Amino acid sequence: MKSIWTITRRELQSFFDSLMAYIMLIAFLGFSGFFTWLFGADVFFVKQASLQSFFSIAYWTLFFFIPALTMRQFAEENRSGTLELLLTKPVSDWQVVLGKFLSTLLLILIALGLTLPYYITVASLGPVDHGAVWTGYLGLILMSSAYISIGVFTSSFSNNQIVSYLLALFIGIFFQIIFSLLSSNFGGFIGEALNFLSVSTHFDSISRGVIDTKDLLFFISLIFLGLILTEANLAKKRL
Amino acid sequence: MDIVVENLTKKYGAQKAVDNISFRVKTGEILGFLGPNGAGKTTTMKAIVTYLTPNDGNIRVGDYSIFENPDEVKKNIGYLPENNPLYSDMPVIDYLKFVAELQGIEKGRIKDKILQMIVTCGLEGEKHKKIGELSKGYKQRVGLAQALIHDPKVLILDEPTSGLDPNQIVEIRELIKKIGREKTVILSSHILAEVEATCDRILIINKGKIVADGTSSDLRKRSEGNEVLKVRIEEGEKNEIFKALQGLNSVGIVDFMKKDDTAYEIQTKPGLSSRKDIFRLCVDKGWILTEITPLETKLEDIFRELTMN
Repeated sequence: MKSIWTITRRELQSFFDSLMAYIMLIAFLGFSGFFTWLFGADVFFVKQASLQSFFSIAYWTLFFFIPALTMRQFAEENRSGTLELLLTKPVSDWQVVLGKFLSTLLLILIALGLTLPYYITVASLGPVDHGAVWTGYLGLILMSSAYISIGVFTSSFSNNQIVSYLLALFIGIFFQIIFSLLSSNFGGFIGEALNFLSVSTHFDSISRGVIDTKDLLFFISLIFLGLILTEANLAKKRL
Repeated sequence: MDIVVENLTKKYGAQKAVDNISFRVKTGEILGFLGPNGAGKTTTMKAIVTYLTPNDGNIRVGDYSIFENPDEVKKNIGYLPENNPLYSDMPVIDYLKFVAELQGIEKGRIKDKILQMIVTCGLEGEKHKKIGELSKGYKQRVGLAQALIHDPKVLILDEPTSGLDPNQIVEIRELIKKIGREKTVILSSHILAEVEATCDRILIINKGKIVADGTSSDLRKRSEGNEVLKVRIEEGEKNEIFKALQGLNSVGIVDFMKKDDTAYEIQTKPGLSSRKDIFRLCVDKGWILTEITPLETKLEDIFRELTMN
């Protein structure tokens, strides 16, 4: 447990040292703020005290930003050879994977924490469905975790950061939108299965304020699948 | 803590990188691992530090097997990989702290340990710099510091002096010797002089197999067989001298030395010594003998002989 935290802290420190964290925070707050308050279907256009517009813009910004955060995590260590040094310390592969996963998740939590003023502002404008706001945040956290685990996995594949970024986007886009587009073209079981695989289906239902175990189960399995595959990928290098 | 390698085999695909090798390194011993590139040195070392899983065989470090107690093995080993990979964006002190925490050193002792490593490895002036800004020699010291910080009983160093300048090489060697007194050390290299200067025992490996094992003088004795002399005789007709030398009973083969008119290389017949005969010959003929030097078989020659086909 202590080792996981040691690794998480180092990774988080490296996000801030490399300015990646600041760029991500500023860009995320900038984008989401712009579309929540100033442009398009913003709060004033919708004329409702709701954070729906923030959640739908955050859904897409996070989708593009997360692979940029995770892309270096294993790719860089593979390239420079530091992974070998790390894995020959008394830590398990699993602890390394979890440490890296948690560091990115923490950064996302910081980013989402910084949007709480949006919530306070909207709440001061009119009656807000508080439950829906909290479940919306929960939806963003779950969806981020799923993409972080996919990103960490694709990062463990390659020693090239760009390759791991593109691979994460490629895998992610299926969950993000393609499965849900396809599901409307298929009827019956295939359609339902594709619909279940779509992150947007589960995200929408959670951010509307309904927490269904089915949705939680989907996200948790996606997260664990990504992490387990990463661990398997590390183990494969030793054979 | 002894290292015992038993029947270690490691394949990459169909190719055997390490083929059924066994050896033992005792506490306090510095073992030099020699071999041409691709002989299996690094693979063996990676298997000892639990990074690679062997296809066959077992490795024990002290009482711990790499299969059953990998974490205990890792705790007792300090490892400096080839090319010395480090996080270049981290300051030296932060990096050492990170490693100390991973090694499970108690919080209260971490600061002391880091200071101790900085002194031992001579990183005083560089401790706040980022690792990426350091010169190669200092990076190597950081690599050694991270390997030593938890005071491991076993040290595995893969080409610790590659890419350093001669002064740095001597410094690192001295450091290894100093540290190695109470630890078990395996270091690999393809610089023979280095292995000879630092190691108590040499293991030569070629194509995944051990081809020689012993101290450097052991290895010399084994390959020497007969005495080889360099003899310099002045004021005499070359061919006449050559014939006379060849005529001596104890002399096997005589050769002119390249680029040297007055010197001859003489191989004595097995079990005999030709020095006295040569001296008497010169006295009889009135030639002036200015040099007799026994030529030692160089470690390089032994190495080439063992690893060339």
